[in-house]
Amino acid sequence: MGKHFFAALRRHLNTFLTLMLVGLLFLALRWANTRLDDFTLRILRTGAVYIVAAVSYNLINGITGQFSLGPNGFMALGGYVVALLMLPVPQKQFVWFLEPLIWPLNSFSFASTWYFFGLSLLLAGLMGAFGAFLVGIPSFRLRGDYLAIATFGFGEIIFVLANNLIPLTNGPLGMKGIPELASVYWCFGWAVIATLVVSNIANSSYGRAMKAVRDDEVAAEAMGVNVFQAKMLAFVVSGFFAGVAGGLLVPLITTISPTLFTFTMTFNLLIIIVLGGLGSITGSVITAFSFAIASEVLRAVESPMNIGPIHIPGIAGMRMVVFSALLVLLMIFYRRGIFGQFELSWDWIRSLLTKAAGEEVRKKWTRGKTSS
Amino acid sequence: MSLETFIQQLTNGVSLGSLYALIAIGYTMVYGILRLINFAHSDIFMVGAYFAFYLIAVFRLPWLLSAILAVALTACVGMTIDRVAYRPVRNAPRISALITAVGVSFFLENLGLVTVGARPKPFQRPELMAKVVRIGPAAISGVSIWVPILSIGLVIILLYVIYRTKLGMAMRSVATDIDTTRLMGVNVDTVISYTFAIGSALAAAGGIMWACKYPQINPLMGIYPGWKAFTAAVVGGIGNITGAMIGGFLIGLIEIMAVAMFPSLSGYRDGIIFGLLLVFLLVRPTGILGETLKEKV
Amino acid sequence: MDTGKNIVLKLEHLTIKFGGLIAVNDFCLEIEKGELVGLIGPNGAGKTTVFNIVTGQYEPTSGTVLLEGRDITGWRPHLIAASGIARTFQNVRLFTGMSVLDNVLVSQHLRLRSPFLSAALHLPDYAREERHVRAKAMDLLERLELTPFAKELAGNLPYGQQRRLEIARALSTNPKLLLLDEPAAGMNPEETTRLMRFICRIRDEFSLTIFLIEHDMRLVMGICERIRVIDYGISIAEGVPDEIRRDSRVIAAYLGEGGE
Repeated sequence: MGKHFFAALRRHLNTFLTLMLVGLLFLALRWANTRLDDFTLRILRTGAVYIVAAVSYNLINGITGQFSLGPNGFMALGGYVVALLMLPVPQKQFVWFLEPLIWPLNSFSFASTWYFFGLSLLLAGLMGAFGAFLVGIPSFRLRGDYLAIATFGFGEIIFVLANNLIPLTNGPLGMKGIPELASVYWCFGWAVIATLVVSNIANSSYGRAMKAVRDDEVAAEAMGVNVFQAKMLAFVVSGFFAGVAGGLLVPLITTISPTLFTFTMTFNLLIIIVLGGLGSITGSVITAFSFAIASEVLRAVESPMNIGPIHIPGIAGMRMVVFSALLVLLMIFYRRGIFGQFELSWDWIRSLLTKAAGEEVRKKWTRGKTSS
Repeated sequence: MSLETFIQQLTNGVSLGSLYALIAIGYTMVYGILRLINFAHSDIFMVGAYFAFYLIAVFRLPWLLSAILAVALTACVGMTIDRVAYRPVRNAPRISALITAVGVSFFLENLGLVTVGARPKPFQRPELMAKVVRIGPAAISGVSIWVPILSIGLVIILLYVIYRTKLGMAMRSVATDIDTTRLMGVNVDTVISYTFAIGSALAAAGGIMWACKYPQINPLMGIYPGWKAFTAAVVGGIGNITGAMIGGFLIGLIEIMAVAMFPSLSGYRDGIIFGLLLVFLLVRPTGILGETLKEKV
Repeated sequence: MDTGKNIVLKLEHLTIKFGGLIAVNDFCLEIEKGELVGLIGPNGAGKTTVFNIVTGQYEPTSGTVLLEGRDITGWRPHLIAASGIARTFQNVRLFTGMSVLDNVLVSQHLRLRSPFLSAALHLPDYAREERHVRAKAMDLLERLELTPFAKELAGNLPYGQQRRLEIARALSTNPKLLLLDEPAAGMNPEETTRLMRFICRIRDEFSLTIFLIEHDMRLVMGICERIRVIDYGISIAEGVPDEIRRDSRVIAAYLGEGGE
């Protein structure tokens, strides 16, 4: 009876603590929104979008252990959905000057209200999920690394379509003048949702099935895990949030073109989840956010500089050299990343606190003993 | 389509296909032995072309000597990549090896961008390749004739190595069962090293011939040929060398012919191949010649 | 027709070919409820292949597998697990990156009722079910004396405990039939004795039927009620331990292999 009571308390305590943290985040955002300049806010919002993308990417790569190279493709799907739905009709007429935009998209667009934006983000997510489902069918029927190939191929197909389906995407020119709707609240709101949902999944029976598939597919299957289903669920959820992330990114930077979602996007996300620890959701959250800030800082690397007598002109791409070398080095020397598969959780913090408290008590006790 | 253009397109497709086949063999050999998609293979292809470019344009070596040296150097690069990046993760979870491969690939591309620059460089091709040959009514560039001939020659040498030499036997043995081979006293790491060397040499040869066919080279030139060659390897049956060749020719022909017959699709050229890949994974994931790889339980 | 018998597993004329090699040839076997049957034979005789066919890892070239009269030949492994067959592996295959408790919980997944969405949103019905399966899993760990390791990573356990955990994980699927593939491999005589007692105990406690492969003759002769011997994929003998011990074909098969 007592045991049950405490178990129940602890469960609700965790929920309560999480709610409190979200509340604090909200207050911090309100403060940031009024006090910080646009440039800083934009970096923060980008960081939040990266969290959505990275956490969902970690679900398939880190937790389920299936190597996807797909987020850029799914983000592109989501991005185009939101752009097409939210771009005002006059702007559409202005942008598509060569060939007209197809009906019915040319004759309507969502008003820039929060509920229509929310709806378009949901549609962006569903589009990403649908894309993932389509790629998942051929990829998960056999054991092996077919997912990596199929997702890369899918990304390229999206790229080709975005460049060529001018009546739908306006080709390489893309769209501009998309209303800047992705406020801090939207971005961080989705970051919170993605993090909570993905960690709920990871800690549920479905998540255990996914991890079992990661650790040993044969054994998982022999213990009754439907391997195809476990992979597919992880991948579709991952695709959903990638779609949402793409849908948030576009009304954040207000333009879209095929080059926004190239393989480099996926590569950045890969660095993030590897650095944070494959399989650690909190690790991904922290590194995703840090990455967005660090990329701004690292722009310095690419600007012209003089080292002694050597003049290095601004080398575009130096960042990527550093990042790719970092990725390889991480894999060789520090495979587990910063967090490994460890999660920052309330239980962990509490156990740390109780341990510290215990330590304190013991210290006092021994001190008392020696002094007497 | 007139007979003339048809013959032109056909030879064009065959020569493109033979290049895909050369690259695909490298993918399939590494996959057969390590179950690793060597994402960096497409960039090794690019490295080969650049070696040849610099040996010809800067060191002023004769063309043929440059090409041979470039192939040898690229083989060394391939072995180095295996030694430095892949060997340390060989016993790690498979996803680690894949991530490493992606990292190496990106590293080579971006290092290329930073060191030699993104601007395409004009590649000097030998007289023989540039000359136009007439077959019946069609005027065909020498490249389209020589590339398939040279490629097939290289593949014959490769097949000889694999089926007639001790090294080849060791390679086949490692591909069948790496652990047992090790127990038999074969130095598996050396065999793998040679596999990378051979695959990289073929990729370099492919890269140089590619540069003869499309005489502009840039650090990202390997990405699309690489992925299409990988598609070819999958279509042919991954792990199977003959399959990689068949797949290569098939992909090359499909790519050229689809655009020749439906010029409006030219923008979708790359999309067609990747679409084909997805369809193939759906209907015949083991490829044309592949068998299902049974996992030991 | 013998209606008095209660056959759990019935294998009819199982044959499997890999390329030109016939790994298992016309293998027939019936196992009654509650029986403890051993499968022995020299290395490479096809023992594990028989297991792999029964659990669906391989599809037989011909022949049928019947579980309590139901044809399950060629089913996907997870469906076979759900229908009541669990197994362990020759070389332990745990989910090394997961805790001991989670390893056991994975096997509960096949009976999960809550839909995915309610797990993803952690709705009350899922939370209730999660509590329930956790309690069940803890109970199982308690019965198999693994409770102290519940939060430990499975990969960090000592070898003997890993073997035990693998059995616990199999039991957690709630099987009718348990297949043990060389459970005593790598154990010393003392550990093997303990294992023998353990196997008999779980058979009674969980009312199991057990089919096992083993090289350790002391274990096989000590606990199996019936033993089947195969060599080169062909059954060469069957009987109670004493009969097998004296069977000339069995002796020849083993000596033929070991006498070189």
